[in-house]
Amino acid sequence: MKHLIKITIVALITVSFTSCNKKTRPNYEYMPNMYESVAYEAYQESDAFANGVEAQLPVEGTISRGYMPFDYAGDTDGYNLAKAELTSPLDSTQVDLNRGKELYNIYCGICHGNKGAGQGQLVKREKILGVPSYADAGRAINEGSIYHVIYYGKNAMGSYANQLNEEERWQVVAYVLSLKANLEK
Amino acid sequence: MKKSYQSQEVNSIYNMKQVIHRKLGINSLRLSLIFLLTFSTSLFAQDGDPVAGKSLFNANCAACHKLDKKMTGPALRNVEQRLSEEEGLDREWLYTWIKNSPSMIKSGDAYANKIYEEYGGAAMTPFPQLSNADIDNILAYTATEAAPPPAPTPGAETGTAQVEGGISNDIILGALGLLFALLAIALFLVNKTLRRFAEAKGVELESTKRTPIWKAFIQNQFLVLVSVIVLLLASAYFVYGYFMQVGVNQGYEPVQPIHYSHRIHAGENGIDCKYCHSSARVSKHSGIPSLNVCMNCHKSIYEVAPETQQEGLAEYGVDYNAEIKKLYAAVGWDDAEQKYTGETSPVKWIRIHNLPDFAYFNHSQHVTVAGVECQTCHGPVEEMEIMSQHAPLTMGWCINCHRETNVKVKDNAYYTKIHEQLSKKYGVENLTAAQMGGLECGKCHY
Repeated sequence: MKHLIKITIVALITVSFTSCNKKTRPNYEYMPNMYESVAYEAYQESDAFANGVEAQLPVEGTISRGYMPFDYAGDTDGYNLAKAELTSPLDSTQVDLNRGKELYNIYCGICHGNKGAGQGQLVKREKILGVPSYADAGRAINEGSIYHVIYYGKNAMGSYANQLNEEERWQVVAYVLSLKANLEK
Repeated sequence: MKKSYQSQEVNSIYNMKQVIHRKLGINSLRLSLIFLLTFSTSLFAQDGDPVAGKSLFNANCAACHKLDKKMTGPALRNVEQRLSEEEGLDREWLYTWIKNSPSMIKSGDAYANKIYEEYGGAAMTPFPQLSNADIDNILAYTATEAAPPPAPTPGAETGTAQVEGGISNDIILGALGLLFALLAIALFLVNKTLRRFAEAKGVELESTKRTPIWKAFIQNQFLVLVSVIVLLLASAYFVYGYFMQVGVNQGYEPVQPIHYSHRIHAGENGIDCKYCHSSARVSKHSGIPSLNVCMNCHKSIYEVAPETQQEGLAEYGVDYNAEIKKLYAAVGWDDAEQKYTGETSPVKWIRIHNLPDFAYFNHSQHVTVAGVECQTCHGPVEEMEIMSQHAPLTMGWCINCHRETNVKVKDNAYYTKIHEQLSKKYGVENLTAAQMGGLECGKCHY
């Protein structure tokens, strides 16, 4: 009888120790006021704003530092206008095809394929279908239209304006044009 | 035909076979005639090859059209039939529309303009490269009957089978436990009966009066001393271990509000880490992607492949399609109408990797400048079904890596000058991060 009691006590202690060590809960901290920021951390909840989050959109009508507003509308008319008149601000010395390639392979190659033929990993695995080749005659993409599509997206493709900044977008445009030239050879 | 060495018997068999074949030929002819007669109407209507049409459809149309679901453009199952029945438009209209829809809209075709307006002025790309035969094939594919929805039974079966497997494991363990308990009881009973026999036969069981073991232990002062020291050392070891792991969250894997499988996204589909965590390239934080990044793909991928769904249910107990629905709810995407409703609710992701506030860490410095692979610190994320913290993220762990890692200076203009100076100073060819000042307190604590 006494043994039984002892065994249960030991078992209870082990259980209580192990149950505190759950993987789904964060561990204890020594001095939380040194660990946790007084200032808001990125994406933190905050009651300072009506929608309860720290991450806010820029106030309407303001322009963030280092950003240039893009004057073309995100609809078919804007697309056609960009296709007709928008050109790259990068000159030949500023175009860095290696960087363009690196960025392209991260953001575009997954669907458009690393050669631009529309045979990316997701297309080969039949997750996303109908990705056109850059050499597609019906679309006849050019500098301005590529930039417009990266900025706003088109049809099933989403906007990449938040993943690539202005300069990076133009680098990708330059790389896409080089892929297109290779495909049309 | 017949060969001379063949015996009569063989010949007769041969002849019989011939007869059978001839009959078969007639039968199959008759069958195909019946077949032709019954399906002649449909055969006349679709003179294209649906198999070739499928690959053409997937390559050209599937970006904006699905067979049974509205996407950027309308659903296309039986499009030709619907058009002729509802709008009185023939295949010629479709040829012109597919090859050059913008000019058709400009020319003022009524239905062309109607459909253009209905889909918010999203003009259909012209496909001059498709021949009439190609379009016939595509239309033949769109006219194929919808496959019956996959019976849910196999999924349910595997699910229950899996559950049964779990239960049967438990049952085996329980049975083993029961067996051991029975054995113990049996031993006890045997002992008892033997004693009773001994008593009955008058056998005197030896019962020497020994000092109890704990008394003997206390009397041996040296043993007490040694065991006390061992006990103290052991408890000190465990207490030290316990205190050292306070604040360390290695292996922390919280349950996230939306079950996101890195295994599927980064592993099977091979999506680059930086596709979603794009700010790791350029900023201090490797941000959680905003939901529009999810929608880049999930606008098209509204449900997972049936095999993936089954795997999720059977192996991880996760309904992936329900998780995609959660994403749609959070981002405010109406999948049926293919429109954003504007009603969004932020997802409360639970942060896993969290350095204390007094330590500074910059992702771009490690990812872009140093070219460190994400997996170096975050572990094999591409294999994780549930994201967990791989590294301890302690200071010792940081310092250790800084001491051991040679900085990749090759082709990195950022380092050219400092590398020359420092390698002269230390007289080495390869510099570690520590030699570049990676151990200075003020680099991370200020």
